[in-house]
Amino acid sequence: MALELFTEGDPIADTKAPMDVPIGERWSERKFRGRLVNPTNRRKMTIIVVGTGLAGGSAAATLGEAGYHVKSFWYQDSPRRAHSVAAQGGINAAKNYRNDGDSVHRLFYDTVKGGDFRARENNVHRLAEVSVNIIDQAVAQGVPFAREYGGLLDNRSFGGTQVSRTFYARGQTGQQLLYGAYQALERQIAAGSVEQNARTEMLDLIVVDGRARGIVARDLVTGELSTHFGDAVVLASGGYSNVFYLSTNAKGSNTTAIWRAHKRGAYFANPCYTQIHPTCIPVKGDYQSKLTLMSESLRNDGRVWVPKERGDDRDPRDIPESERDYYLERLYPSFGNLVPRDIASRQAKNVCDEGRGVGPGGLGVYLDFAEAIQRLGRPAVEAKYGNLFDMYAQITGEDPYATPMRIYPAVHYTMGGLWVDYDLQSTIPGMFVIGEANFSDHGANRLGASALMQGLADGYFVLPSTISSYLADGPFEKVDESHPAAVEALQGVQEQVQKLLSINGTRTPASFHRELGQLMWDLCGMERTDEGLRKAIDRIREIRQEFWTDLKVTGDWHSFNQTLEHAGRVADFIELGELMCIDALHRRESCGGHFRAESQTPEGEALRDDEHFAYVAAWEWTPENQPPVLHKEDLIYEYVHLAQRSYK
Amino acid sequence: MTATHEGTMRSSVGDPGAEKRGMNLTLRVWRQQGPTVKGKMVTYKVTDISPDMSFLEMLDVLNEQLILQGDDPVAFDHDCREGICGMCGLMINGQAHGPQQTTTCQLHMRSFKDGDSIDIEPWRASPFPVIKDLAVDRRAFDRIIQAGGYISVPTGTAPEAHATPVPKKDADNAFDAATCIGCGACVAACPNASSMLFTAAKVTHLGLLPQGQPERNDRVVNMVAQQDREGFGGCTNIGECSAACPKGISMETISRLNHDLLGALRAGARPKS
Repeated sequence: MALELFTEGDPIADTKAPMDVPIGERWSERKFRGRLVNPTNRRKMTIIVVGTGLAGGSAAATLGEAGYHVKSFWYQDSPRRAHSVAAQGGINAAKNYRNDGDSVHRLFYDTVKGGDFRARENNVHRLAEVSVNIIDQAVAQGVPFAREYGGLLDNRSFGGTQVSRTFYARGQTGQQLLYGAYQALERQIAAGSVEQNARTEMLDLIVVDGRARGIVARDLVTGELSTHFGDAVVLASGGYSNVFYLSTNAKGSNTTAIWRAHKRGAYFANPCYTQIHPTCIPVKGDYQSKLTLMSESLRNDGRVWVPKERGDDRDPRDIPESERDYYLERLYPSFGNLVPRDIASRQAKNVCDEGRGVGPGGLGVYLDFAEAIQRLGRPAVEAKYGNLFDMYAQITGEDPYATPMRIYPAVHYTMGGLWVDYDLQSTIPGMFVIGEANFSDHGANRLGASALMQGLADGYFVLPSTISSYLADGPFEKVDESHPAAVEALQGVQEQVQKLLSINGTRTPASFHRELGQLMWDLCGMERTDEGLRKAIDRIREIRQEFWTDLKVTGDWHSFNQTLEHAGRVADFIELGELMCIDALHRRESCGGHFRAESQTPEGEALRDDEHFAYVAAWEWTPENQPPVLHKEDLIYEYVHLAQRSYK
Repeated sequence: MTATHEGTMRSSVGDPGAEKRGMNLTLRVWRQQGPTVKGKMVTYKVTDISPDMSFLEMLDVLNEQLILQGDDPVAFDHDCREGICGMCGLMINGQAHGPQQTTTCQLHMRSFKDGDSIDIEPWRASPFPVIKDLAVDRRAFDRIIQAGGYISVPTGTAPEAHATPVPKKDADNAFDAATCIGCGACVAACPNASSMLFTAAKVTHLGLLPQGQPERNDRVVNMVAQQDREGFGGCTNIGECSAACPKGISMETISRLNHDLLGALRAGARPKS
């Protein structure tokens, strides 16, 4: 390993989970040992919450209900638009309503195994425990989950599990859960406990005497820069898939809040762990601005195939059965089309690399419902997947009832994020990170229907309990905009904004973003090699140089300027991209969504290396031109035994 | 399509030689510097537009050109670009979200033909003031929700989810109403700029569920009072809202709102001042 790319520092460890009791008692024990804040003291304390997705929206609402003064920030016009709204498939919970052998322990086990043994056992167990409370909460809020004729909740099996534990609201589960949290949040806004800051973007963290005490934010409408203060800061700003430019994330999803907090001292854990979703609509052309996911519930009835022969460009309906390769069913007879996302994605890449891909550029595989339509009848298929089929037809102009869909993997979710302990506190005291923005629950690969579960677990149940232990020491000494730390942070943001506007070069922010994304996809995407990653790091450093000398942003900073917003986000993506490549390079093993070509079995499956890499890589930011520092958190498996995943 | 100058393209997508020549279009776009400044329609040309592009991708092409020329790009709201967040919304040739019943982001250029002239304007309604160009402020919708569009259930107080069965029909109808994405097309399409369909969708969603019953009367009177305070017009009963709604929210929700409102008023419910 080249020494110049990073250095290694002291190990890091969680110290909050009570390890002296069995895993099933740790969460209630932690709540018992944690300190509480008297209700009359809560209203003297202010908590800043950045982001209003499932995690941030539910946290802000819950903290407001508890009596804290909450300041909520979001970049969209309404909190209802946070990208959680786009999650389609469902939410897992260990209710065992199907009586099919599910339990908290099984959900815990499946999640640790699905994460390829790179998640922290304690956090995952707690997630499985509170999963059942989430469903109760959501139903009470009026979330219209799918029901059966008896009036009880329906469940389905989802992506890589053998029990039916997924609750869903047609293909719009994220939307409905988000509206539940949004409505709870609006209720608190009306009650005066939550202060709203719409169309406002966090641009820096203010740290005073080692504690997170505030943020610098920009009002995206007026351009005004301002400082906001509180006793704690909660980041719920989502994932960073848009580092790849093309992803299934919303256009505005960005890494800026967590990246700038990282630069203030929060460690960034496992940045290279990204999830590539196997069932997305393939890229059409170079004008493409985003990718659209088709829920993987489609794999419950759709069959994935490519032609056996390379370059077979016949109409798929003219290719006889004997000349089709249903490769997932062939390679993984017991899971077939329902193998986990990382495996389905990589095999799609493999068949396309062999030249058997279909559609424009050969970057696609068929997802075929002909058999399902024959078996179930078209009305049943319509009832189950109608909205997804409509969406496909709308985007591609093709009729998926008549001809197989074409799908290809796309970046969908990032398991990496800011490092947090069991209390969801980062390495900066007073800064908590929840939802996709943290790293803790999904290891190297996230199972389907687990993202919604984690966002709501963190926001409704975990953070509101753990944050009181920290706040029990508060309220902290008052800080205002005249504090030197606030002045320095505000000035730094001001200078950056002015710099972005003053370069006046020849390339737009989107042009840099596309180039970075392409590079990340090619060299730090589904398959990574030592050589490729080194090449990527060299090129990213050049892109960064070019960005700061050849960028063109029009307009000014004191007005609604979407180009300027984009430029600031791209600047952070470039820096993050470099760290992702360094992280990917140092992890010389294949695990989860991270496939290292140098680490595979003779059959070409991912080969994990537990002896050397069963740890969380937590990266510390260092000043300009200093390599980042790696801190390792050893992962200890007491309850789930390390095993090579097999879905054969 | 119009070339932007960056070289890379996602690996080997399409065969550039085989690419069909795209459409040439004339765009007439509403430009307005800010809420208090007078706006006007400005004409732009875009060339070589692929029919597979989304409408917003076509605007991206225009904006990349404008930035490189040193001009101010056209401001427009958008986010998920998959038809669910409700952030985008343009009047296209006088129709909310354009010629198809979908969100603007899901409208594709195959709905247009070479040589077309397209008028692009923001939602026009006084409760939705223009921020800049095509972006408007829709926070009035959030305030209607604040007035009662929720079920009061503090975290942790919920009973076991199966304690209250919900007839499938009610759950399905509640879901249909709950799919409203709050985009504002209903208001933009209504000659009276009424927000009735938006409010009715939420009243219907929560009012159909057993969990929504305790606050049903207060909810409807307070939400209706708030939409009046925001300055939305009265319902015209002509159904432009539902015809423009990308989620197909039905006019039946408005009937239900009126029914609930009458019932609530007769039961003595009065809006909070």
